[in-house]
Amino acid sequence: MAGEVSRAPEESLESLIKEADTLKARLEDERLKLNDVTLSHVAERLEMISLLNIKPRRHLRGHQAKVLCSDWCADKRHIVSSSQDGKMIIWDAFTSNKEHAVTMPTTWVMACAYAPSGNLVACGGLDNKVTVYSLALAENVSSQNVSSQKKTVGTHTSYMSCCTFPNSDQQILTGSGDSTCALWDVESGQMLQSFHGHSGDVMALNLAPSEIGNTFVSGSCDKMVLIWDMRTGHCVQSFEGHQSDINSVKFHPSGDAVATGSDDSTCRLFDLRADKEVAIYTKESIIFGVNSVDFSVSGRLLFAGYNDYTINVWDTLKCIRVSLPLRHENRVSCLQVSPDGTALSTGSWDCTLRVSITTCLGFTSYVCLKYLLQFCVSISGLGLRAINLRMIFGNFNLKDCFCLTTSVGCAVPNA
Amino acid sequence: MVTMNTDKAGGRRRMDDTAATGSQGNPSQGGGTGGGGALRPPSVRVALGFGGGGGGGGGGGIAEAALAAAEAASPAAGHRPATLLQAKEDNPNAAVYKKMEAIIERMQDEATGVPVKTVKSLMAKIPSVFTGADLIQWTMKNLDIDDVSEALHLGHLMSSHGYLFPIDDHVLTVRNDNTFYRFQTPYFWPSNMWEPENTDYAVYLCKRTMQNKTRLELADYEAENLARLQKMFSRKWEFIFMQAEAQSKVDKRRDKLERKVLDSQERAFWDVHRPVPGCVNTTEINIKKICSNSTKLMALPAATPAQLISRQIQMLKQRLDRRNIKLSKVAESYISFYEQYQEYDPFLTPPEVPNPWVADSAEFWDYEKQVKDVSARRVKRWAFSLKELLADPAGREHFGKFLDKEFSGENLKFWETVQALKMLPQQEVPEEAQRMWGEFMGEDASVPINVDGKSFEATKKNVEDNPDRWSYDEAAAHVYHLMKTDSYSRYLRSDMYKDFLSGSKKKVRRYVKHSHTSKYFH
Repeated sequence: MAGEVSRAPEESLESLIKEADTLKARLEDERLKLNDVTLSHVAERLEMISLLNIKPRRHLRGHQAKVLCSDWCADKRHIVSSSQDGKMIIWDAFTSNKEHAVTMPTTWVMACAYAPSGNLVACGGLDNKVTVYSLALAENVSSQNVSSQKKTVGTHTSYMSCCTFPNSDQQILTGSGDSTCALWDVESGQMLQSFHGHSGDVMALNLAPSEIGNTFVSGSCDKMVLIWDMRTGHCVQSFEGHQSDINSVKFHPSGDAVATGSDDSTCRLFDLRADKEVAIYTKESIIFGVNSVDFSVSGRLLFAGYNDYTINVWDTLKCIRVSLPLRHENRVSCLQVSPDGTALSTGSWDCTLRVSITTCLGFTSYVCLKYLLQFCVSISGLGLRAINLRMIFGNFNLKDCFCLTTSVGCAVPNA
Repeated sequence: MVTMNTDKAGGRRRMDDTAATGSQGNPSQGGGTGGGGALRPPSVRVALGFGGGGGGGGGGGIAEAALAAAEAASPAAGHRPATLLQAKEDNPNAAVYKKMEAIIERMQDEATGVPVKTVKSLMAKIPSVFTGADLIQWTMKNLDIDDVSEALHLGHLMSSHGYLFPIDDHVLTVRNDNTFYRFQTPYFWPSNMWEPENTDYAVYLCKRTMQNKTRLELADYEAENLARLQKMFSRKWEFIFMQAEAQSKVDKRRDKLERKVLDSQERAFWDVHRPVPGCVNTTEINIKKICSNSTKLMALPAATPAQLISRQIQMLKQRLDRRNIKLSKVAESYISFYEQYQEYDPFLTPPEVPNPWVADSAEFWDYEKQVKDVSARRVKRWAFSLKELLADPAGREHFGKFLDKEFSGENLKFWETVQALKMLPQQEVPEEAQRMWGEFMGEDASVPINVDGKSFEATKKNVEDNPDRWSYDEAAAHVYHLMKTDSYSRYLRSDMYKDFLSGSKKKVRRYVKHSHTSKYFH
């Protein structure tokens, strides 16, 4: 931005630039003072999370084109997803069944969202509109009736890239390619508040998990993350640092930080109290952009979906990757942890959605098992046969046993 | 070395757009192409146009024209409209291409790169190839990858983007064995933003049918494509055929080994842009990003530089005024949050009731909803914060009972009503706001609540002026604060909570037992 401005000859402008520069320098100083340690350094005392392995448990097949967006229902088992062929599907993810399929007037349905009550879904995309469909009456009715229960709530001047219901069925918060966000009243279609401040397309937004719930965060192609006050429409905080478009933003479950995913192939963590970037999650071999991020309930794990078809899991505190990636067959476009934190849904350009869980052992149970194993080794004296392992762990996957035994450093002779 | 080989090959074909329009645009060729161009759709004519302007003049036989075009441009050369040039930097895939090219450059380093050799087989030489095993080994050594499957995946991606390819397979992927691979010449890199036309594809396929070589034989899907294209371009097939013929003539003049390399590179180019059915087309672009590029130009000149700068200054000043906390404290807060919630994170700790996605039973959710028989783990969570307490239906109910005993139940009721107000449709908000005033805050309120004067005044003003869904927020925040600091802390110390907690312990044993018997691990 500065380079662009410096071309102007006006003196007042120059003084302004000077002022901005000194302010920037001061801010930098202030920040350095606060920068006493790194997050990963403090987190050294935590135990490593090992053996994390994400495994798909459900495959949701039915879309004919790229899945672009998905959202969990508050009932923790339904998912709404939208795809490039203009279809929106309501899934009972638990049974892998399709419950409704709605055809949209536009292809490229880029965003969809479930209302907190589970009675409404909102979606929109290249048609610049946010449309609400009512599901309440459709329980026993054919899918055609769902289409008739629709209502256009708001219209942007460019495509709608993201939407969410802010703790209420009666409002929708949308982000758009016209670089604004807007809050709409569902019933009247009135725009309650608009949010101006980004200078690029808004790609993602997320509501703060706080008690009052009046702030939200947005990420944009202008590489900025902005925190907004929903009531006043003012931007209350901003973060920079990414080198390319920001595709995803998500509040830490504590509400004190936001994680972002960007086309620069990094995820970052920005803290609201420190007013700065506190961590970056990146690896040399990861060169593709991040499309979507989400936290586990404790905030320790950050799931990230990439353009290289993979889903990586980051340890947010130690700033390292903790699992081998799970893979789709094309770009991962969306990803979300279920409301109760039991599962992870992922949607991809390969036309499928998956619901995955970690099959593992988080380290608490891992430590228990480790001691148990060492105990077994010590009593059997000769080391373990896989058969014994199987007896001890019952349904436990044999392969995982091998991982475990090798990782605790005792040899399994032969299976 | 392959680097040299490909460069030689590429060098001949690689020409900047300026070069293409400049040096190639001499009158005779220009005239020729123009003549030929008449057969093509307008867009292609523009794209073709090395000085297509001279079109009318020359008209020296279509065959000649096609030959000239072929000479200058193998499959896609020169078919790059000027607008695409600007798009080159803006292309959403450009960043990834750049990173891949950086890796490719390292791979092609003569000393430290992937070893490239010319292999002598029984009948003939196979020029400039490397094995999949070498590639994977190099990747793992140089790119901070410690898992073979990950290295294979990266190799697969580089291949499907067309930076390297198996020498005789249309499916662009990498295997960790002795299969031979070759590097693509920079001229065909996807970063050049080719958007090859179907006519180019037709010419290419047509050309392949002319050469009598097994390695150039069309695959089934290619033959199908050719048939379809022939139907589509039936009117101008003659031209396509002639162009193909001309190109193949040019190709025949080349050195044998060079031709082998070139043929394979050209094939790989089309394998990227017209992939085998079932393979991912990596040149596809995220539609959001296409749209964003088009709007970027409009959005920028909205504010003057001075305005922008002063806005920036304002932001900076605001940030300087903020009181920020040290990173060490921030880090500690994350850790304590994690330590507190780790037990409740199903990704890290198995839940008491088996994870529904593992056990295939909805019991977990039923348990969450039930108000009786609550486990200690769950009751412990109520002590984390008032929010957690209110989030659990059992907790909310229990807290409500406690408040009723303390005769301050109206606080929770008021807070709940304010939350419900936010859920109402706009139309009903003013009415409900008035009703709430009568119920909680008016002079003869049925359930009066205690709020401080400041928030009372503010709320009064809100409700009188323009009641909206946030009118009561200030009062609600005050009440919430009261509940949190006063009632909630007393609740946690109360015997009622303690009894409930110790009472729940028995139940947890039952649940833990239960979760052990039903399988959690798979």
